[in-house]
Amino acid sequence: MYHADNLELASYPSVTVTVPCFNEENTIDKTVKSLLALDYPKDKLTIFLVDDGSTDTTWQKIKEFESHPNIKIFHKENGGKHTALNIGLVHAVSEFVGCLDADSFVHPQALKRIMKTFESYPKTMAIAPSIIVYNPKNILQTAQKIEYDMAVYTKKMLGFMGGIHVTPGPFSIFRKKVFDDLGPYRKAHNTEDQEIALRMQEHGYKIDHCPDAYVYTVAPNSVLKLYRQRIRWIYGFIKNLIDYRRLIFKKKYGTIALFTLPSGFISILGAIFLFGTVIYNIGSYASRKFVQIQTVGIEGTPSFHFDWFFVNTQAALFFSVILYILVIVSVVLGRRMAEGRAGFSLTIFYFIIIYSIIAPFWLLRAIYNAIRSHESSWTFERQSATEAK
Amino acid sequence: MQHFEPNDWKKYIITFLVTGALFLSAFWVSNYFTGRKIDQVKIAEDKISLDLMSSEIQFSLLQEMSCKDVSTNALSSELNSLAEKISYSESNIGTENSNVVSLKKYYSILEIKDYLLMKRITERCGQKSVFVLYFYDNDTCADCTKQGYVLTSLKEKYPALRVYSFDYNLDLSAIKAMISIYNVPDKMPALVINGKVYSGFQSIETVEKNFPQLKTLKKKEIPESKETTKKSA
Repeated sequence: MYHADNLELASYPSVTVTVPCFNEENTIDKTVKSLLALDYPKDKLTIFLVDDGSTDTTWQKIKEFESHPNIKIFHKENGGKHTALNIGLVHAVSEFVGCLDADSFVHPQALKRIMKTFESYPKTMAIAPSIIVYNPKNILQTAQKIEYDMAVYTKKMLGFMGGIHVTPGPFSIFRKKVFDDLGPYRKAHNTEDQEIALRMQEHGYKIDHCPDAYVYTVAPNSVLKLYRQRIRWIYGFIKNLIDYRRLIFKKKYGTIALFTLPSGFISILGAIFLFGTVIYNIGSYASRKFVQIQTVGIEGTPSFHFDWFFVNTQAALFFSVILYILVIVSVVLGRRMAEGRAGFSLTIFYFIIIYSIIAPFWLLRAIYNAIRSHESSWTFERQSATEAK
Repeated sequence: MQHFEPNDWKKYIITFLVTGALFLSAFWVSNYFTGRKIDQVKIAEDKISLDLMSSEIQFSLLQEMSCKDVSTNALSSELNSLAEKISYSESNIGTENSNVVSLKKYYSILEIKDYLLMKRITERCGQKSVFVLYFYDNDTCADCTKQGYVLTSLKEKYPALRVYSFDYNLDLSAIKAMISIYNVPDKMPALVINGKVYSGFQSIETVEKNFPQLKTLKKKEIPESKETTKKSA
């Protein structure tokens, strides 16, 4: 599963990596330098920097790289991330194409490891990397780091089952044939990286995962930014699920149809159901207390005596316990894959607690938006993130 | 168009079996604990039944005994703690669950036996006491929760007050007999206090006003563990 440090390939195919930028003046420099530091023959790697009508100094920053032999720069009117990526597809002449979000940085060996996987599995048409949260500074970012580590594990499992439903913006690499055959990126409700994966699955193009191709991404550092990002993701998932509903439960399409899409939908409903149950229980307790106080007033100190009889032993409780254990196991395995560190860390509870509290809100909002078909804008999210920086 | 790889059904079946086993084990563990709880209630009911029989025998022997030797308080607190457990079981296991229904019937019979015995003891020994038969309805009675709080509160205040709660709709001939003897109307909540019937919600003040003899009962002196009156949540 893991590649040796002195990895060599039989041949080094040409690769173009497109970096779409919208107001990324703070991170673009680091992103490009990480690409230039990739351990890959320089004459085989082309980097496209596409400024999607930034309103800050991104274009000036990009221009500083203009003279670099591996880099080509493009400037266009703002049209959304998919249009910036498609500029790259139009100009690419390489065998492989990829993308890298301008808030992410690649590990020097990432490309080589991905290309080695392509070499080992000629039928594989796209490969997703392992995304790791870069330098988490607060509890929220630490919680996201845990989540991303868990995703490394789940992605490997989905890859193993052939059910990957997203080729993420940070450094997924495709055979160019994919776009030649299936067409360019689509707007796809601002989640073009989900749509292209579903389109590939629909046409039987295999997507795999390379666990040791590490990409570091800057996670949102405030609840509001995370909330907006997740609304976009979940909204995109729901809308793409609706667009690709013809796949669901058709055994021809394999795991994506039989497992990934249905379980994604069930997870959303499950999380909301759980949240509703908790709110209902709190509400009904509060209303009982209210009626009690209204009827008989506030009584003296209540006595607390523990009796195991009153401990909830309904099956739902044990399901939750099992689910939490599975989450913890996935995180532990994911951490081992992502960072080579096994073992349990208490930071896992940051993730469990923070997400249990706030995730239902973005799920509900995303569903509400999906019903109202109210698009969450990638550029708006980027803009507000930049403003807040 | 690429070539679709055939589904690896073996992988799916293994995944399904593992998932199924996890879910089944959750059900199994839950059932195990539910069974233990029902057994616990059953054991408590058997113990109360035994204690009641003992009290009845004690009472039969009363002619040769002094009234102060008859214990009357311990049992009522045990009945109350049982009421809490049955009420909890109703909301967690289900009001329709046959085990819960039969525990509840058994409990109601124990209450009636306790009521009849205590009434005879108080009459024979000339003790002052107020008996409340409280009829509630789990489904349609909005005021029953409030009535339950009132009775719990009164019982806190006057530990000698004896409250017996009955589910009006429980299919039990003994309860039906009580309903017909006291002419309990079908408008819940309904109270029978020392033989007098009240229908609809009765506040603490109303009950205290209508039963001045409550005030002559010994009030609670030291704080003791709170007991809840059965009404169903």
